[in-house]
Amino acid sequence: MAVIEADTTQLALPTAPKPTKPLGIFARPVATKGWKSWLFSVDHKRIGIMYGVASMSFFAIGGSEALLIRTQLARPGQKLLSAALYNQVFTMHGVTMIFLVVMPLFAAFANYLIPLQIGARDVAFPRLNAFSFWCYLFGGLFLNSSWFLGGGADGGWFNYAPNSSVTFSPGHGIDFYTLGLLITGIASTVGAVNLIITVMNLRAPGMTYMRMPVFTWMTFINQFLLLFALPPITVALFLLMFDRLFGANFFNAALGGDPLLWQHLFWLFGHPEVYIMVLPAFGMVSEILPVFSRKPIFGYPFMVASGVAIGFMGFGVWAHHMFASGMGPVSVTAFSLSTMFIAVPTGVKILNWMATIYGGRLKMTAAMMFALALIPLFTIGGLSGVTHAFAPADTQQTDTYYIVAHFHYVLFGGSFFVLLGGFYFWWPKIFGFMLDEKLGKWHFWLTFIGFNLTFGPMHMLGLQGMSRRIFTYSEGQGFDLWNFVATIGAYIIAISVIVFLVNCWVSYRRHKANPVNPGPDPWDARTLEWSIPSPTPEHNFDYVPQIEELDDFWHRKYGHDEQGRPVKIADAADIAQKGDAKNVHLPSPSYWPIVVSAGLPFIAYGLIFNLGWAILGSILLAGGVWGWVIEPSTAPASEHPHDDSGHGDEPDGSADAAAAELPAAEREEAPVG
Amino acid sequence: MAEVIAVGDLDDTAQVGGAAEAHTPGPEDEFGIHAGHHTNTGISNEKLAMWLFLGSECLLFGGLISTYLLYKNRPGALLFKDAAKGARAGSPVRISELFDIPFTSVSSFVLLASSLTMVFAVLAAARNQESRLRLWLGATAALGAVFVGGQVYEFTSFVKEGLGYTSNVSTSAFYTLTGFHGVHVTLGIIMLLTCLAMTFRARKASPEAVEIVGLYWHFVDVIWILIFTIVYLIP
Repeated sequence: MAVIEADTTQLALPTAPKPTKPLGIFARPVATKGWKSWLFSVDHKRIGIMYGVASMSFFAIGGSEALLIRTQLARPGQKLLSAALYNQVFTMHGVTMIFLVVMPLFAAFANYLIPLQIGARDVAFPRLNAFSFWCYLFGGLFLNSSWFLGGGADGGWFNYAPNSSVTFSPGHGIDFYTLGLLITGIASTVGAVNLIITVMNLRAPGMTYMRMPVFTWMTFINQFLLLFALPPITVALFLLMFDRLFGANFFNAALGGDPLLWQHLFWLFGHPEVYIMVLPAFGMVSEILPVFSRKPIFGYPFMVASGVAIGFMGFGVWAHHMFASGMGPVSVTAFSLSTMFIAVPTGVKILNWMATIYGGRLKMTAAMMFALALIPLFTIGGLSGVTHAFAPADTQQTDTYYIVAHFHYVLFGGSFFVLLGGFYFWWPKIFGFMLDEKLGKWHFWLTFIGFNLTFGPMHMLGLQGMSRRIFTYSEGQGFDLWNFVATIGAYIIAISVIVFLVNCWVSYRRHKANPVNPGPDPWDARTLEWSIPSPTPEHNFDYVPQIEELDDFWHRKYGHDEQGRPVKIADAADIAQKGDAKNVHLPSPSYWPIVVSAGLPFIAYGLIFNLGWAILGSILLAGGVWGWVIEPSTAPASEHPHDDSGHGDEPDGSADAAAAELPAAEREEAPVG
Repeated sequence: MAEVIAVGDLDDTAQVGGAAEAHTPGPEDEFGIHAGHHTNTGISNEKLAMWLFLGSECLLFGGLISTYLLYKNRPGALLFKDAAKGARAGSPVRISELFDIPFTSVSSFVLLASSLTMVFAVLAAARNQESRLRLWLGATAALGAVFVGGQVYEFTSFVKEGLGYTSNVSTSAFYTLTGFHGVHVTLGIIMLLTCLAMTFRARKASPEAVEIVGLYWHFVDVIWILIFTIVYLIP
């Protein structure tokens, strides 16, 4: 008996172990519940939720850092943080909020919503999608682990050379910055390729480009910005890393290294990055306002075209961050002009939103209030931005709190407000229950008041001459009052975040105690994601919808009378899909995305501390890629995920209609992933 | 499907299958099932992904080439006298003074020739000629390896002359730019060898996979033409 068993193992080892595990050495993960089902999931909805949870956790970290900053600056001469620690805290606050909160939160919504808005079952490369998420998460954890390994980066989020050299920043913080951002950069690049192809290749029949929802459009443009903006910063980060770790001379001024090289490479990324963080917000506003105004978006083609224009022009304005660097009058004039021009497409959008709500029957839900807040807040931020475009004014404002006020008005007042609105708006679709509206309105007003109290006074502080990035100021400089007000505002924002968390918890408990399904379409909305049940079934669509016009779902619900007013012709519940399709062939979960991405932080630790770690990381990476390549992206045959008796990995040609629609990508190329 | 509203609505072409079929060469093309998956553009997801990735790569090399152009004649590059040991000790140097144009021309020619063999490989894959596919994949990988070998030789000879990675700004920029390119070629060789190894296994690389590797390979060659012209030929 024992002999025979030994025999079979010997025979089985060299080739594939069992016919039921085609090609892979390991079986596929099969869990559909519990933590394993999340860890190995390739479902765009789960990945979207994981992006959301991870980025809100980083938001807690970045927010705590903000509170530390504000507490330190509340009164003159505070000693809560030392100058060195203050440098680390404001640097990590900026890096965390930009790379680990706002960008991935948009990735969360993009992941969840784009396939639903274009009528697809998943993204083009489900495993690469999981890979993007894990790269982001591990990159973010790696970056934050610097706090325990000698201190965070301390050069500001833009990390100007030569201040970032070993001479001026001898700790490891900036190495964590370069390597951490390289890892999250991989996540963004792969994600960008994935989402672009999803939009280009997987739209439902009839969903032409000019019928896509504005959110999908803006996110689509955004992915191109990411694709072309990330390589310059990748170059910059590599150069800095080689300088610091291998003794290269790129930013070594003693040998003729040029600090402006860093600034150009960084801002060639950094300015498109600003639009990367705001274009999806523009898209979300353009989804929320029409629904709660009960009017279509005003000037849809102009909305799309102005987004494209912002995308293009966003690459031509970067040097306005460098007016004080002495780069010469020609460059300054050119970039000053281009910066004024980019205000035009943004102005088009602002006008279109106002025309959308004009004459509408406004329904002031929490989602609507957050979205509406973008219009004044972003306009204030935009206007102070135009003042930076005038180079003589900018040289006065550079590196003062006026700049801090400006970018918080566009990024917090613009992007983050809308993201919060997006939570209220899409929550029922994602989790199957509504958030409490009353608490939601408390949340809104607290955020709104706290935000303006915090960042409004910074305009004045900046114009009075208070510098950015100083860890304290002395009494009698005239900064006391407004700093104190700003700190009060920051704590009000912190309370508003707690109100939001309470809202999530209370609403969840209420839902558990007395489950009420919000139905497919709780807001009487316009786009495709509302034509399927809430929460979204695993397979998204029972059948692939046929699209006939912009806001197709709305037009199936409403016709027009003679005056052009909408008249209800069908009930959402009747025309919505039931979500009960069986045997839909979905992309199978996989171990490899998490394994491959887990290799990256080890390599990074290895480069900083001990190359032994890098070897371990490389083994994980190479082994993971190998496992990935030989594993077909979907489990064989069009039946059920595992235990297939068929011989090979070729899905038979007679796949049923549902399987034929499967957007799952096959055989992803190893070098891409 | 009944209605055709928008001009240039790619969905409709993809639905009737015209565009999709153009990319799946033979009827016996057992691996082409997914390549023929109808997509809105008619181009498979994988191939489109490679195009986008290469678009992104253009900017990566753009940044590195700009860095080299900025630094090649920097004062530091000229005046750092202690860098060169041996024969050139004490004289001002920059990396471009060490270039051996005839040698690099030959290795550039080798790399360009590999683009031709890659075309033959893609052709053989499309025609399902297995032995020719093996021959041309192997030839392409071998030519690529000769190029990388040439680069290793070049680097070592420069270092022997006394100009290492950390000598001055121009050497840092030169080694980084050409090194990034060399790593790209090496990854390409790994992809080629993977395709080659798969021809001996039951699960073969599809003609389209070979084509995608070809896209990458040609891109790396084109980048080298730029680097050779900008770095080596322009004084």
